[in-house]
Amino acid sequence: MSELLQFLFSGVTVGAVYALVALGFTIIYNASDVVNFAQGEFVMLGGMITWAAHAAGLPLPLAALSAIVITSAIGVAMNKLAIEPARGAPVVSLIIITIGASIFIQGAAQIVFDKQIHSFPAFSGDAPLRVGGATILPQSLWVLGGAVVVFVGLWVFFTRTLLGRAVLATSNNRLAAQLVGINTNFVMTLSFALSAGIGALAGALATPITLTAYNVGIGFALKGFAGAMLGGMGNPKGALVGGFLIGLIEALTAGYLSSTYKDAAAFVVILLVLFFMPQGLFGRKSTDRV
Amino acid sequence: MRISPKTATLLVLAVLVALSPFFFPSNFYYRIGSLMFVNAIAVIGIVILTGYAGQISLGHAGFAGIGAYACALAPVHLGLHPGIAVFLGAAISGVLAWMVGRPILRLKGYYLGVATLGFGILVSMILTNERDLTRGPDGIDVPDLGLRALVNGLGLNLSNGQFWYFFSGICMILGAWIALNLFNSPAGRALRALHGSEVAARTVGVDVARMKLQAFVISAVYASISGSLLALQNRFVSPDIAGFMHSIEMVTMAVLGGVGSVLGAVIGAGILTLLPQVLTIFAEYEQLVLGLVMMLVMIFLREGLLPSILKRFRGRDE
Repeated sequence: MSELLQFLFSGVTVGAVYALVALGFTIIYNASDVVNFAQGEFVMLGGMITWAAHAAGLPLPLAALSAIVITSAIGVAMNKLAIEPARGAPVVSLIIITIGASIFIQGAAQIVFDKQIHSFPAFSGDAPLRVGGATILPQSLWVLGGAVVVFVGLWVFFTRTLLGRAVLATSNNRLAAQLVGINTNFVMTLSFALSAGIGALAGALATPITLTAYNVGIGFALKGFAGAMLGGMGNPKGALVGGFLIGLIEALTAGYLSSTYKDAAAFVVILLVLFFMPQGLFGRKSTDRV
Repeated sequence: MRISPKTATLLVLAVLVALSPFFFPSNFYYRIGSLMFVNAIAVIGIVILTGYAGQISLGHAGFAGIGAYACALAPVHLGLHPGIAVFLGAAISGVLAWMVGRPILRLKGYYLGVATLGFGILVSMILTNERDLTRGPDGIDVPDLGLRALVNGLGLNLSNGQFWYFFSGICMILGAWIALNLFNSPAGRALRALHGSEVAARTVGVDVARMKLQAFVISAVYASISGSLLALQNRFVSPDIAGFMHSIEMVTMAVLGGVGSVLGAVIGAGILTLLPQVLTIFAEYEQLVLGLVMMLVMIFLREGLLPSILKRFRGRDE
């Protein structure tokens, strides 16, 4: 029993990171119909910049904050330079552009930083907390807390603020949103800033547990993408659930079946889910207009 | 006499394969040339899947991996000749594509993307982790195809590089010929119709699910044969061949050249095979430049190189 609890703890910890990445995917997808494969690089940047800033002498909270701000700026730059000019391009081209951006950011990171594996101290110590016979790191609670805060924050933003509703309106119908006076270009910029910031936050929170290096992004991107699709693309609730599910499946597979195939389990589940529910768990059935 | 586009494409390819060696500064270029042709075979498969039928795959490297490992494993474990192993690999890839494709191809756009991605990752993980069979991430040796000795026995005197250059070139032209025939066949027209609109294609009597599945299986066989040839040529294969980046490479080559065109596929494969060779001068800037090129081409030459260039020429005529 304590064993199961232990696996669940580690599952929700990675799951929270995947959920944050999946939320990032969802926000950009809703605003622009683009699946941003560079989303994982934002997580990497969050970790690497926090590490560099901390190593340069900044206190941790400030280092994490600077990482989030810088990464958001990079997200905005990516939107302006790579996504906006390609508006209306076919899905395949958009996939290649964002993967190109992802490779580019990786290449830049290995020049600006280095190719080593890095970490920094956990926010509130390394002493594990004992819960019901299992242990959990305080940093895991930070990651979980971060995911909850981001989700609640996004929910409030999208349902209670004018700006958030403008984003929702844009995702429903871009042209109609423009007609009622919403600046859809600004909405896109905002979405990239938001999801880059969320990715960076995930990176800053998770690095003391998962460590970071210039090439960790693609793994996060694939799992986050999988999580978002599992929940149903474009649905924030789906992204959250999907992300956590992928984390849990991975941890349970690693614990009970085989640690070498833990990455495979998530994809097997996705194939099965898509087989029975082609729109993901929470996705709405779409109809084609002919 | 008017030459049909099909004949023209095949002629261009034949001339390309036959005359390029006259411009090679060193024997190393035979190697690069044959890599281009081998990649082009897989990319022609993507042209059939994505360019004709409009379906996305982010996992085709999985099939290349199956083809490659068939050539490494079948001779050792089943005692098959490596040449037969190529066909065995292609058959396994085709059957697997048929089994996986049936449920997967009901999905559209990004959903199809993630499903094929998942398939590719599963294959690459099996190749990486089943160490007893595949020797894991370090890779495994591949036996000699033996065809060069046979050809040289007929009185030719080809170096290894030269042999693989011409052999891959001939295979590529064969692949292009089949793809071009498909394009103009009833099946090809059905594929292009469902690309335009699945509903419209269905109303005029196209069995959409079956046609998509056919395109998927054919493109899987192309990828598999490309993987086999690569393994036989290198005499070595590692699980990287089935990796996510290789899948992306195939799609990028196809889109770079112009995803609807067989000639474009060859051009795209050529450029992206050559690029890393050129980029080695940039050493640590290699990834940076590669990412940049991918983005710039997609932004400025949206339809791919060949169609964009052709359009410019035609625009001038009018």
